[in-house]
Amino acid sequence: MPLPYTETVMEHFRHPRNVGRIEDADAKAVEGSPACGDMVAVYLKVDPKDLRITDIKFESYGCASNIATGSIITEMAKGKTLDEAKRITWKQASETLGGLPPIKVHCSILAVDGLRAAIENYEERHGLVKERKPTTVEFVRKRLKRVMNPMTGLDVVRTKLVKEVEVTDGTVRVVLDLPEDHQFAAAIREDIVEKLEPRWDVERVIVEFTE
Amino acid sequence: MAERIVYLDNAATTRLDERVLEAMRPYFFDVYAVATSQFGYSPGLDARDALDDARTRIAAALGAAPEEFVFTSGSTESSNMALKGVAMALGEKKGKHIIVSKIEDFPVLNSARALEKQGFRVTYLDVDEHGRVDLEQLRDAITPETILVSVQAANQEIGTLQDVAAIGQICREKGVLFHTDATHSFPRVPLDVREVPVDLVTVTAHLIHGPKGVGGLYVRSHTPLVKWMDGGFQEFNLRAGTENIPGAVGFAKAVELVTPEETARLQEMRDRLIERLLQIPHSRLNGHPTLRLPHNANVSFRFVEGESILLHLDMRGFAVSTGSACFSRSLEASHVILGIGGDHERAHGSVRFTFGRFNRDEDVDTVAQAVAEVVARLREISPLGKE
Repeated sequence: MPLPYTETVMEHFRHPRNVGRIEDADAKAVEGSPACGDMVAVYLKVDPKDLRITDIKFESYGCASNIATGSIITEMAKGKTLDEAKRITWKQASETLGGLPPIKVHCSILAVDGLRAAIENYEERHGLVKERKPTTVEFVRKRLKRVMNPMTGLDVVRTKLVKEVEVTDGTVRVVLDLPEDHQFAAAIREDIVEKLEPRWDVERVIVEFTE
Repeated sequence: MAERIVYLDNAATTRLDERVLEAMRPYFFDVYAVATSQFGYSPGLDARDALDDARTRIAAALGAAPEEFVFTSGSTESSNMALKGVAMALGEKKGKHIIVSKIEDFPVLNSARALEKQGFRVTYLDVDEHGRVDLEQLRDAITPETILVSVQAANQEIGTLQDVAAIGQICREKGVLFHTDATHSFPRVPLDVREVPVDLVTVTAHLIHGPKGVGGLYVRSHTPLVKWMDGGFQEFNLRAGTENIPGAVGFAKAVELVTPEETARLQEMRDRLIERLLQIPHSRLNGHPTLRLPHNANVSFRFVEGESILLHLDMRGFAVSTGSACFSRSLEASHVILGIGGDHERAHGSVRFTFGRFNRDEDVDTVAQAVAEVVARLREISPLGKE
């Protein structure tokens, strides 16, 4: 086999498990961004009694390693409790797939991030966040690193699009160094709101543009 | 496994034509001597004759004199030789400014970047949505310090042809040397140096069913060029090293085998494929609709990623290429698609199909059908485009 992918990766790429969406999902998360490169959406159905994942589905806009990792990680998470599923690492996913090429770490880690983000989304929606850390400017900046800048394929923090972050009384204000009529302005705004609004102490997310 | 691979990556390299191999064979086993001077032994003189004959025939395809054509190891060397050779010849004497287009292939682009590190200033010309250089921007970019303009004859990915005659005319008027990388167009798209004011032209054998490892550089008489690889005095003392005579003979044979009739056949297949692919929803052609390489089709499919398309097509027995970042060794999206104003998403879903002599007419229908199925399948998995 001349391909850099193992038989298991190719099998999951060819016939991905748990593909699709759950319309009445209890939680969902999207990692990556449509215009920048790979993107994964993860949907969860959770039994509220024992916090077990009863159903999980994913969608992928990505390369073979992205699709295969989405497939394996949903298989691994199904039937597990949220706490167990949260601890599934990229390394475990990669090992179960028989290894992934080092250069593909970025594309495959997105699926793992997607699962974790979906679990966090569930916990935030259902008031299960144990530590209840307050949303600080630092936290917002950290989370903005998951928002992609479609012009470069890197996140908005790294590409210096984030000009200002302010957190006051449940309102998060993010100022982007981008004109409002920019072709990606709406997409980035939507992505930011989606990443921050489910926070337990966030009521409003305002995204402003320069110019 | 599929019985026959439908190879549609002829812009990467091509299958050798048996007739080329037959032409080369005697120069491995019978006439294997080095091409000696006119005072040498007879096998060497036979080798010399073969080399001269090959050179004459390839030069003729460019409308050039034999002594204006230098054999090299391929396009990469030819373009390095042109850019660095001119830089060495004129950098101190005239100026340190070079102009290239931003969608050049890596030999030109990275030679320009290497010269930048050595203190040269490089202007990277923009291209329009089809990949054509703006002639006014070129005219304005030329300064008294400009020593060389290098703009490709045809693009490696999207197939767009440049107006080399107009570019050459501007360079001639301004007294600046002009190099064009004709790797992907020679000799299918005619370029006659008697009509086009061009000083240096890069060509190669392996994209026209010739052998790998041989190419050439047309060097107009009296073009200032410093030899940058030291060694013997071969190739008019411009390119050192024992001549690759089987390669040269194979290159000449490969050029001879390219006919206008064949090129018309490839173009007909290209046109049919583009028409079929554009029937797939959310697809768009990359490159110029008409001013493009006769054998190149490049289409982007939204909501899906190129490497996934490529692997699914491979499983069905088709070999194609993509501009997706996921596929490149550098994980960078195609600089060509970004250069024509496309975003990462467009590069992500771009697929290049390039035809060659050994494609059959029915390949168009089978690949178009396979692409339609694969794209539909991947769109089912994709979170995008479902509204």
